Parts: sequence; C-alpha cells; structure tokens
Amino acid sequence: MNASAKTFNTIQAVNRAIDDAMEDDVNVIVLGEDVADAQEGGVMGVTKGLSTKFGASRVRSTPIAEQAIIGAAIGASLVGMRPVAEIMLMNFTTVAMDMIVNHAAKLRFMSGGQTHVPLVIRTMTGTGFGVGGQHSDYLEAWFAHVAGLKVVAPSNPADAYGLMRSCIDCEDPCLFIENMASYWTPGPMPERGTRVPIGKAAVPREGSDVTLIAHSRQVADCLAVAKQVEAEGISAEVIDLRTISPLDNATILASVEKTGRAVIVHEAVKPFGVGAEISARINEALFGKLKAPVQRIGSAFCPVPFAKPLETAFAPNTAQIAAAIHQICR
Amino acid sequence: MAESNYDPGADTLIEIYRRMALIKQNDERFRAAIKSGRLVAPYYSPRGQEAIPAALSVHLTPQDYICTIYRGIHDMLAKGVPSRLIWAEIAGRTTGTCKGKGGPMHVTHPESGVMITTGIVGSSMPIANGLALAAQIRGENRVTIANFGDGASNIGAFHESLNLASVWKLPVIFVCQNNGYAEHTRFDLGTSVAHIADRAAAYGMPGLHVDGNDPVAMWHAAGEAIARARAGQGPSLIEAVTFRFYGHILGDADAYMAKGEKSAAMEKDPVPRLRASLIERGIATEASLAAMEAAIASEVEEAEAFAFASPTPDLSELLRDVYAEELAA
Repeated sequence: MNASAKTFNTIQAVNRAIDDAMEDDVNVIVLGEDVADAQEGGVMGVTKGLSTKFGASRVRSTPIAEQAIIGAAIGASLVGMRPVAEIMLMNFTTVAMDMIVNHAAKLRFMSGGQTHVPLVIRTMTGTGFGVGGQHSDYLEAWFAHVAGLKVVAPSNPADAYGLMRSCIDCEDPCLFIENMASYWTPGPMPERGTRVPIGKAAVPREGSDVTLIAHSRQVADCLAVAKQVEAEGISAEVIDLRTISPLDNATILASVEKTGRAVIVHEAVKPFGVGAEISARINEALFGKLKAPVQRIGSAFCPVPFAKPLETAFAPNTAQIAAAIHQICR
Repeated sequence: MAESNYDPGADTLIEIYRRMALIKQNDERFRAAIKSGRLVAPYYSPRGQEAIPAALSVHLTPQDYICTIYRGIHDMLAKGVPSRLIWAEIAGRTTGTCKGKGGPMHVTHPESGVMITTGIVGSSMPIANGLALAAQIRGENRVTIANFGDGASNIGAFHESLNLASVWKLPVIFVCQNNGYAEHTRFDLGTSVAHIADRAAAYGMPGLHVDGNDPVAMWHAAGEAIARARAGQGPSLIEAVTFRFYGHILGDADAYMAKGEKSAAMEKDPVPRLRASLIERGIATEASLAAMEAAIASEVEEAEAFAFASPTPDLSELLRDVYAEELAA
C-alpha cells in the first residue's frame, strides 16, 4: 500500500474522499439529514466542513424523508450530477427501497442505456451501541440481490477513502456501508486521489490451511483469530471482500483452492446472507477440492436485541471464528 | 379569468389541438392493435386526458424535463417523443426508445426531455425534484414537470416530494391528472380532501384546481405555474380534473363505475370539443383540420408499420445495460 506515515480514521477518510472529489468535480453534491455544518456536519461528523467549504447549494441538509433524499439524488444523477446521498442508518434504507431498487438500480437497463444513475448512497450500521432492532442491521444481502446496484463495505480507513473515490467515479449506483464500531480505528492514510477498485477483494494475510472470508468490521476479527491460531500451527489466509457486489470470485476461489477450507463471517444474520452465496460459489467451483465443508458464521436469526448480554451474544465473535477453524482444521 | 389578450393565440390553440389529435389517434391505434392481437402489451389508455399535456407542453422547451407514469403516452407525445419510437418500444423492438427493454411503462427519451416513466405510483415526483435540483444548482432556466394521478396523491412520496420542493424552492411543477379513479377505487373513497389542489397549502405552494379537459383553462394554469418556476419562485401543484375513457388497464370491465358515468364523460370528449370550437371561432377550417388529421393518421400508420417491421432485441441484450460494463453472469 502506498501510504505515508500519516494515519487517519474512517470518519476522516470518508470526509476527505468526498472533500477531494468535490474539489475535483463540481458535479459532486452531498444530500442527507443533518449533513451541513449548521446541523453539525452529520450525526457522526462524517460530512463536517463540507458545506462551509463548498457552500449550501452543493451540501444540503434535508428533511427526514428518505424517499425524497434518494429520489432527488437519482434525478440529479440522471443529468450528470454525482450525488453522495446519506441515509443515516442502514435500517432507514427500507423507507427508500422503491427509489433504490425500482429506480436507481434499473433506470440504466429500462432506458436501454440512455440514462444511468451515478449515485453513491452512504449509510452506517453495526451492533455494539445498544440501539436495538431498528438501528443496527446489516442488510447488504438485500442490495446485493438486486441487479444494477454495487455494494461496498470497507474494513479500514484507507479502503474507505479509496472505495469512496471509486464509488463517486462509478457510473452506477453504489451503496457504501460504514461500520459504526470501527469508525475511530486509525489506519494509514493513502495519498490524495488513491482509488481502491470496486469488485476487487484484498488479502491482508496469506496462509495455507484455511481461508477466512469477511467484510466490514469482521475483517479485524478474522485477522485477530488468524494470529491466534498461528500459535497452534494453523495457517489462516484472510480475504477482505471490500466489495460485496460484484463479488471477487477469482480471489475467493484461488484462495480456497489453495487452502481447501473456508470460513465466511459476517454481521448480517446467517440465513440467506452473503455467506450463503459465497459458500454456494465455492461449492459449485471447488466441490472435489474441499477438505471440509464450508463454514458460515453470522448473527443470530432474530432482531438486534437491546440488552447488552443479548446484543453481544447476537453478533459473531472471535471465539466462534476460532471454533469453526478448529472444527475443520482438525 | 385572465384578460383575453392573455389567451392562447390562434397558432397556439391549433398546436394544442394537433397534439391532442396526435395522442387520440395513437391511442386509438394502440387499442385496435391490442384488441386484434397484433400487439401484446399492458396498456393504460390516456384517452380523455389529452388536453392536459397538450395545453401544458406548449409552454415547454425541449430542454425542459418531464417525468411521467405508466399511463403516459399522452405526456410523451406532447413532449415530442416521435410516435414511431413509442410504438417500437411498446412492441418490444430494438428500434424503440429503450431498445425494447423498458416497455410501455418505462418509455424514456432524454432527447425530448422525457427523463423517466415509472410503473410505481407516486415515484415520478421524488425524481422530478432531483432533475429540478440539478437545474437549480447549475443555474439553468429549465423546469421539470412531474406527472401523476389522483391515487398518487395519497402515497408518501407525494408528501415528501412537495415538502422538499417547497423547502428548496425547486423549479418543478406537480401535475396531478385527477381522472376520478385510483385503479378501481373512486376518488372520494380514498382521498381525504375534495380537491387535491388544497393539499398544496400544507406545503406552502400554490395549488391550482383546473378543468383538465378545458385546454384554455389548462393552458393558463400551466403557464402560471411554469412562469413561477422559471422565475425561481418555486414549485406549484396543479390538479387537472379529467376522466379516463378506457379504465385502469385496457380490458377493464368498468364494474366499479356507476352506470352512465363513463358515457356521460365521453360525451364531453375534449378532443372533438376543441375541434368544434376552433372551427366555430374561425381559428381553423374543417378542411385545414381534416388535412392535419390525415397527416397525423399517416404518421401513426407509419409508426405502427415501423414497429412491426423492426427486429426484437438480440438475446445478448439481457446482460447489457445492467451496469456500465458488462459483468459475468
């Protein structure tokens, strides 16, 4: 990675990516609840400073009206603007599903390629804050199931910067998922303008016995467990998907072909999740080469609970990842 | 009522009539093609609603945008989408506006300013705001028309959109074509107000209630709202009262309507009414209008022939236009 000695966190990374993109292209605009500085630059401060720097015309706080936010972003994008629309929390995307699924995703196809929707929808989510059943779901599988959308979920600040730049460049609608719990985790700062390609996974750790596949917050968990099992003589490779859709088949299959074992981890609930799709692809391509059944780890199949012990038990953890590795590497 | 010198001039009235006749003849031929089995497509006839887009669109330039809905060929034709491209799209041919990939509910033609056609009730409005937002940010003198029906004024998107447009003073005109029925449910059974235009007050914008079958009244209302938007004074809501002659979708049994309601409405057909008035007022002659109608008839006949002579899309189109680049299946 081409990183200087400087570090920043994901809040600063996303902020800088949008700031740089707005400097580079007057068509980049920001819409969302509380995103302007008069409203404190976003609930987590991700858009802080942008309205002061670029003006109230290009950075607009909106009413709490998700259909109106995404609709306005779609309409503007149809004529060449490049909106970065914030839907404060991933659960709130449900209020705008018609705009996202029936319109943003499909207008290129339904118009026969005459129009397209270069739109970025930023949203954050994740457990750990006791915000209960309507403020912390991971719903990436819903969006990955829709042809026409791209779905990215960075795990570190450098990727957040590079993926946000790529999403703003992208001629198709992108859903950009930020994890709340890892917002403040520092990481190396890449040079201005660095892009991380959409659709390309990273391999932050190489290994030979088992492949751990994750995105967003669970990448850090997988890296921690990989280090832990190394002491037991198990060599774990870690894949950071970075993009959910389109999925980087080549990186996943090359790794699992090498190791013969795979554990997929995500914070979304396990049934019908991204892990199911990845497991199916591995089985379709590598059935005869697997040394053990593919393992999936996801959150419990229930709404995100409030009480701390329940919330903690709901989400995947490092002990579950280690147990899955032990089960298939015996 | 405006002074007579503000009335549309003779040329404008004739142009409004031409657009209405174009819509009527296209619609008649679409219905005939579907009934005969030559054409297989879901079809939502705009017959009876011609005066609304005809009188509105003469205020627009090709640079202005419109968003319309599944019942929308009247809006498209009035905005200038060539008949043949609509025919080819509805026939699912590669020469259609959208290469046959959108179909009747998704005709799109940016060249004419038709930016989206949606099959989702209410969804023209949030997107129209975005088109207007782009024009506002860029300082362009364009307006955007959001067409929708009376049923759409009861969905959340209507309320979210009017509110946002008002807060941001967007150059958008919300045109509710109130044809009396939301699918099969009569207007008053599903709507809390007698006039949808009254809802404009809740969003701090003018609400104009107008007889949508009266081209002159419609021309005045549209002109006022469009001038306001162009002057940067923000959005307006127009409720244009009308009636759809052929039900929600072609083939409706009309059992949900009171007996005689439809025939009474058809007796007040706005197209022959304007035609008679043009002749009566000496604005046009029977011969001049007959010549105009004959020219339209050949255009529509040619459009149908063009559509059926065109190829259906190659199967390689299946995975094209999903993303900018074609992804592996």
